[in-house]
Amino acid sequence: MIYINLILAYLKIGLFGFGGGYAMLSLIQHETVEVIHHGESAPWLTLQEFTDIVAISQMSPGPIGINSATYIGYKVTGSVLGSALATISVCLPSFILVLLIGTFLLKNRENKYIQNVFKAIRPVVVGMVASAALLLMNKENFPDYTKSIAICVIAFLLVRYAKLHPILIVILSGIAGYILY
Amino acid sequence: MNREIYKLFSTFFKIGAFTFGGGWAMIAMMEKDIVNKHKWFSHEEFVDNLAIAQSMPGILAVNMSVLVGNKIAKKTGATFAALGTILPSFIIILAIAMFFVTIYDNPTVESIFKGIRPAVVALIIAPVLTTAKAAKIGIKNVWVPIATALLITFVGISPIAFIAAAIIYGVSKCYIDNKNLKA
Repeated sequence: MIYINLILAYLKIGLFGFGGGYAMLSLIQHETVEVIHHGESAPWLTLQEFTDIVAISQMSPGPIGINSATYIGYKVTGSVLGSALATISVCLPSFILVLLIGTFLLKNRENKYIQNVFKAIRPVVVGMVASAALLLMNKENFPDYTKSIAICVIAFLLVRYAKLHPILIVILSGIAGYILY
Repeated sequence: MNREIYKLFSTFFKIGAFTFGGGWAMIAMMEKDIVNKHKWFSHEEFVDNLAIAQSMPGILAVNMSVLVGNKIAKKTGATFAALGTILPSFIIILAIAMFFVTIYDNPTVESIFKGIRPAVVALIIAPVLTTAKAAKIGIKNVWVPIATALLITFVGISPIAFIAAAIIYGVSKCYIDNKNLKA
């Protein structure tokens, strides 16, 4: 059952994951941290585990959508098969869509309906990324209201204004955690 | 194996293995290899196909490799190009996952992750601002992302509902506009 749930969850994530990796995080979070899947007793991950997986994905090569699918697939089932099924499932919907309607879209990019749909999706995607951030702002990730908030603010300033690479941010904050906690 | 197929697979495998920083970093690498080195796409074709890959759901880098593979060798090309993009992260992450479950409870690892977690939140706040700018969010439509974020976060509605609503709104608005034009 867990395999079927995993496949269905990642097909959904792959099919509705518009707007890139960070927007997809909101879907992944919903399926793995919030929903209790059919025939199961608890969500697959705690919020802490989810946050850690995002951190690990940031530090490994490749797209975050694949990285998280591979990791969560393994974590949830404890098997390579689960990992492979989640990874294939997240890629399959867009693989089929791109082959089927990619050329059509390329020829009809000026079509009003298509343009209107993309125009309507864009602001929703912004909200999805924001919700991914909001959902992670809780006691599990900010156990104290001092050091953890300081790390978050400094990391934000470094990535936004000093344009530091996300990998460097993860490494620096890891060192900060080692020293502070 | 066909030479072209092998070239597709190895090119995308290399990009998948050595690009840190997610989809957009991979696109920059792809442009170098696809346009400059192998000349599979002209620069203009690359930009057009990127727009398509971006507008599709799913993983940008995979979508892009499917478009390139499909042009060079149809469905077989698309499959091998996609596999090339996926396999490196799959192998690396699987190894990390297997190793990580054994050290997760270590107190040193826990204190390192205590520092990393708030920084991850910051890493997700930053793209909210950049995507808001790209989506041309202004006073008139700022309620859409705010309502979406609040309803997903605090009411627990699935993000899928909002994507579906946006698609329905986009199509029906266009339909009504067309009707009014004709009337």
